[in-house]
Amino acid sequence: MTRPIAGRLPRAPALRRAAGRAGLDLAMVAIALVVLFPLLFALSTSLKTDVEVNQYPPSLWPHTIDLGNYVAALQQAPLARFLLNSFIQSGAVTLGQLVTASLAAFAFAFIQFPGRQALFFLFLATLMIPGEVTLIPNYLTIKALGWLNTYPALIAPFLATGFGTFLLRQFFLTIPRELADAAVIDGCSRRRFLWTIVIPLARPALATLGIYAFLATWNQYLWPLLVVNSTEMRTVQIGLALLQAQEAVSWGLVMAGVILIVLPTVLLFLLGYRHVVRGLTAGAVKG
Amino acid sequence: MSGGRPVGPARDVPRARVRAQADLRALAQAGAYLLPSLVVFCVFVFYPLVRNLELSLYETTPFGGLGLFTGAGNYAQLLGSPAFLNSLRVTFLFALYTVPAGIALGLPLALLANRRIRGIVVYRTAYSFTIAVSIAAAALIWHWLLDPNVGILDYLLTLVHLPKVGWLTDPRWALPAVAATTVWKDLGFNVVVLLAALQGVPDELVEAARIDGAGQWGVFRSVVVPAISPALFFVGVVSTIGVVQSFGQIHILTQGGPLDSTNVIVYSIYRNAFFNFRFGLAAAQAMILFVLVLVLTGLQFAVFERWVTYQ
Repeated sequence: MTRPIAGRLPRAPALRRAAGRAGLDLAMVAIALVVLFPLLFALSTSLKTDVEVNQYPPSLWPHTIDLGNYVAALQQAPLARFLLNSFIQSGAVTLGQLVTASLAAFAFAFIQFPGRQALFFLFLATLMIPGEVTLIPNYLTIKALGWLNTYPALIAPFLATGFGTFLLRQFFLTIPRELADAAVIDGCSRRRFLWTIVIPLARPALATLGIYAFLATWNQYLWPLLVVNSTEMRTVQIGLALLQAQEAVSWGLVMAGVILIVLPTVLLFLLGYRHVVRGLTAGAVKG
Repeated sequence: MSGGRPVGPARDVPRARVRAQADLRALAQAGAYLLPSLVVFCVFVFYPLVRNLELSLYETTPFGGLGLFTGAGNYAQLLGSPAFLNSLRVTFLFALYTVPAGIALGLPLALLANRRIRGIVVYRTAYSFTIAVSIAAAALIWHWLLDPNVGILDYLLTLVHLPKVGWLTDPRWALPAVAATTVWKDLGFNVVVLLAALQGVPDELVEAARIDGAGQWGVFRSVVVPAISPALFFVGVVSTIGVVQSFGQIHILTQGGPLDSTNVIVYSIYRNAFFNFRFGLAAAQAMILFVLVLVLTGLQFAVFERWVTYQ
């Protein structure tokens, strides 16, 4: 049957545009799959048995879900211990940076003192110094202190942050000065003003710094490689890399390890996407 | 109010002294807040910076003590050494393979992620996902993808009847393979920064260009690119500096080989200091890297200054 629908037919350009949009939608899905493919394939392989991992041609999906690789990674590697070490290191560094950066940013934002500009510049200058330049002397310092293979070696060098101080200071400066003046008039000490007014107001900025610090510390590679060489003090990144460097490597086991070590940062990324983005773009936006 | 009756405790004290005392008190207070950071910076940033410079001027003992003072000796040795010049060349090539490709892939993904469609947040998350992946995890995954026996890449090659490639063992392919790993890992960062910039492009600007008869490409070239040029600049600088400091992917994928084809500066510093125990020489390499990073930043500033539009 033919009904006169010509009037409702979309005109050709509109049709073309709709087709173009659908094509673009499809392309976006395909691109997402390509970008995520290495991770998805690693996840799928971590669930295969050893026999299937080494099968040729490789299979995209595991025929049977097998958690053996995860058990082996946690116990034999021993990734469980590495995870604990990394949590202790990253947790302590994050907490430490939040405290030292809050204190320093508070001084820069709320106290008028001689040499403020120069000191602030000094803090920013730490961002210009690549870690490689301080690597050898720091290693020698840690060795001289007898700190090799200890948590302090993994934590102490990172307890201050020029970036974090800058980030928090920028946020503190948006807190109205009248609030500070009012607090002083009310007989509120500087310390109480910081803890009861500034810190609660700055929670979003603190979250940004905290997530950024945790991600950066968790993913460290060169420094933990240098200052730790005993199995029980290793962090996850090094522990897993050395596991792979052994002969007769089981790729299924290594991929299970990869999934385990990216899990905490992936969770942080998914839950705190806004903060991750803000931390990364702070430099680009503020110039 | 000058003149008049002085009030308060400052009655007999000259004004300048009052100010100086207040300054001193403020300094003492600020000092207490700054002290924790300053101690860490002094011990782990400023002191080692000076110490590294000092080390670079000496022949060092295997335990990191100062031996013979050689002045510029280590630097002269490096600049005349084919191995060091090779590591500079490799580092430069590595940046060349990585930075432009990273921007060329990151920009279209950011443009797509900036579309206003339902569920866009899912795409944004997917495209920037590699931010959550460490360089070690990325390198381990790619090590396996590039494996000649069980890796998917060589399998795909055999599907189209091409010979297998020893990605990590062939001196021609090792650096591109490490670069591909790096581009993938850094893609998320590039997308996030460029997307944030695209979201800051005012709608009115794009509309105005449309009304003036500009097509999609015209709008992109004459409105969008100039508007996001500071972010493009930022990504370029940050990626270059990051790539020049790469270590983890080299350590996991190639250990600098084959035939030193991936022996970038940082890896060679690591070898010299912690395998050959030539701390002085390695410290000199680190100083050269430091200068290189500063020069790169300056150079990119100079080049981009010409067309970067700051709002």
